[in-house]
Amino acid sequence: MSAAAPTSSHFKDNVHEALRNAPLQKALGHVRANFIERRAEAVRRLPEFERLRDSARDIKDHTLAHLDLYLEAYEGKLGELGGQLHYALTAKDAVDVVLSLCRERGAKSVTKGKSMISEEIGLNDALESAGIEAIETDLGEYIIQLRGEAPSHIIAPAVHVNGEEVAEEFRRAHLHLPAGRDLSEPVQLLAEARGVLRDKFLNADVGITGANFLVAETGTSIIVTNEGNGDLTQILPKVHIVIASLDKIVPTLEDAAQILRVLARSATGQDMSVYTTLSSGPRRPTDPDGPEEYHVVLLDNGRSLMLGGEFEDMLRCIRCGACMNHCPVYHAVGGHAYGWVYPGPMGAVLTPTLIGVAEGGQLPNASTFCGRCEEVCPVRIPLPKMMRHWREREFERHLSPATLRYGLAFWAFFAKRPTLYRFASDIAMRALSLVGRNKGRFAALPLAGAWTRYRDFPAPQGATFQSRWRAKSGRVK
Amino acid sequence: MADAARDPIRVGLFVTCLVDLFRPSVGFAAVKLLEDAGCRVFVPSQTCCGQPAYNSGDRATTKDLARQLMAAFEDCDYVVAPSGSCAGMLAKHYRELFAGEPEMAGKAQRFSEKCHELVSFLVDVLGVEKVDAHFNGAVAYHDSCSGLRELGVARQPRRLLASVAGLQLVEMKTPDVCCGFGGTFAVKYGELSDAIVARKTADIVATGAPTLLAGDVGCLMNMAGKLLREGKPVAARHVAEVLAGMTDEPPIGQPKPETKA
Repeated sequence: MSAAAPTSSHFKDNVHEALRNAPLQKALGHVRANFIERRAEAVRRLPEFERLRDSARDIKDHTLAHLDLYLEAYEGKLGELGGQLHYALTAKDAVDVVLSLCRERGAKSVTKGKSMISEEIGLNDALESAGIEAIETDLGEYIIQLRGEAPSHIIAPAVHVNGEEVAEEFRRAHLHLPAGRDLSEPVQLLAEARGVLRDKFLNADVGITGANFLVAETGTSIIVTNEGNGDLTQILPKVHIVIASLDKIVPTLEDAAQILRVLARSATGQDMSVYTTLSSGPRRPTDPDGPEEYHVVLLDNGRSLMLGGEFEDMLRCIRCGACMNHCPVYHAVGGHAYGWVYPGPMGAVLTPTLIGVAEGGQLPNASTFCGRCEEVCPVRIPLPKMMRHWREREFERHLSPATLRYGLAFWAFFAKRPTLYRFASDIAMRALSLVGRNKGRFAALPLAGAWTRYRDFPAPQGATFQSRWRAKSGRVK
Repeated sequence: MADAARDPIRVGLFVTCLVDLFRPSVGFAAVKLLEDAGCRVFVPSQTCCGQPAYNSGDRATTKDLARQLMAAFEDCDYVVAPSGSCAGMLAKHYRELFAGEPEMAGKAQRFSEKCHELVSFLVDVLGVEKVDAHFNGAVAYHDSCSGLRELGVARQPRRLLASVAGLQLVEMKTPDVCCGFGGTFAVKYGELSDAIVARKTADIVATGAPTLLAGDVGCLMNMAGKLLREGKPVAARHVAEVLAGMTDEPPIGQPKPETKA
């Protein structure tokens, strides 16, 4: 299951459900407990980490500024290697390319490495509809595929699922295995998945992976994994299809290596992912293994429109997940509440660009602007600033809620008139203070229900500071 | 800029809406701290820095309020606010706000350079190393997000708190995690904000400290409001009140003793 109809516009309902979902809340404890400390430790071990972030940002900025040249160079190199490039302007174009490649080769079974682009274009559903079995081979992706769910995290797709839930799912799906087997340890779950997937790897007609980098200098695609499933996905079948968005281009292998130094550290706190796999075209006569065909589907899906605009910085994203790992909103509700493929702060910026601000506009609003995402982003994307840009677009197009617009207009009327503001606020605060003086707080207050439903509202001390100051000093300045 | 040796530094106090309206005692504590450090404090007529409009996407209103504020504080050597959030707005966001308008951008740039958060101003600009204050008991200190991440306010309040006689700072497990306030976020996404602040109050209560301090009244009203709703006996105060030794007023959200039922 992937990219089903978005539910991002129902974010508040999604939040309500997520907060009441006990297994989810238990699983989210894992995000808070593990990712943050591991990243911090990895950063402590590498004194030049901050400079590497600058360098990663600069490489991406440079590439985006000259993307046309690097795309051309990449295409040329890929051709020399015997690979084929397929440009896909839209998600549908990308799906159509993959489907026709599979159909033309009579493919019955497709193995897949983890790919968020696959989720973005809804590839699994399309393959299934075409009668082609799609098997996710990343353990997390495999688990959520069994559960019929979308990933809830861009690098840990099943982070919302607890071990006992996985065991339950495996018992349901792997009926050929003894019913009484012990699945209480993660390593047992891993071994079982590995055994089941082994046959799938060997029987697959096509292997589909994403890409962390497409290297213009060499025509190479690079993926990083921790399970090695990517290698088996792309080496064993006769056809390897890479699906990647055009922002994955980097100029040189050196550039890719530089960004790799911040990628895993930001993501999981590893110095490097366990496997870093480079693919340069189909199998050559002297190669011991590899696919006979190598295709790259390069997806745009609105990204080229971000170039040169106020969301261009978002195209630097290397999909490490650090922003969501450090986000109090993500910690509270997990990834599914965001209602589409990309969760957390990066999703809050990217989703409206991909599915429209009318559908995804809630997400950039649902942030406290605490800034922790920007603080940890390995390519220094100013995520809060970009969420603010979305709010500006909403406001300009009169898409913000009426209550917000009227409330702001009412407040602005006073805020722009200091003398009136001073008198009115002083009277209001004196009155409010008088009403609240017995308890010092309000358990309920007209017009403040959204606050007092959850928290008491502290009463003011009485006259305003400005009024007291003037009384004391007899002047304003 | 005034020469400190000849003339006291002229500090314009931007008291912030929330202090002006809800907690004037923080404003007077700020005045005391600044005057004790040798500053001459001015309070120009003022309303709001425009942050609620800015974060709601209303740039036009934000610009109006920014121009108004910059004009009001034009004569001051420094502009100081007892809030990391509002000071961050002045020091970091006014520049961005006028990007693309060269004349105003230059003006905003020069203005932003004289804007500071209160406690970091005392320590980093004025070189204050200790305060003359007394406070009995343990306190937990919450790092408000904007102050921490936009202005680097973290060690300065801890340094001055360490000089308060009788005060013992007990760190939370995650003092740097957002309390869930986020301005209009707290009411636009009340349920989500509540889930975040509930985690925060659990962290506060776990320290065992009977007092919570922070540098922003917004965050404090959120945390105090939640602590009160949960019936947790933790008193919330702005850090300036403790540093100035001005803790006669009841904590945030609590009644004056004589009016207690």
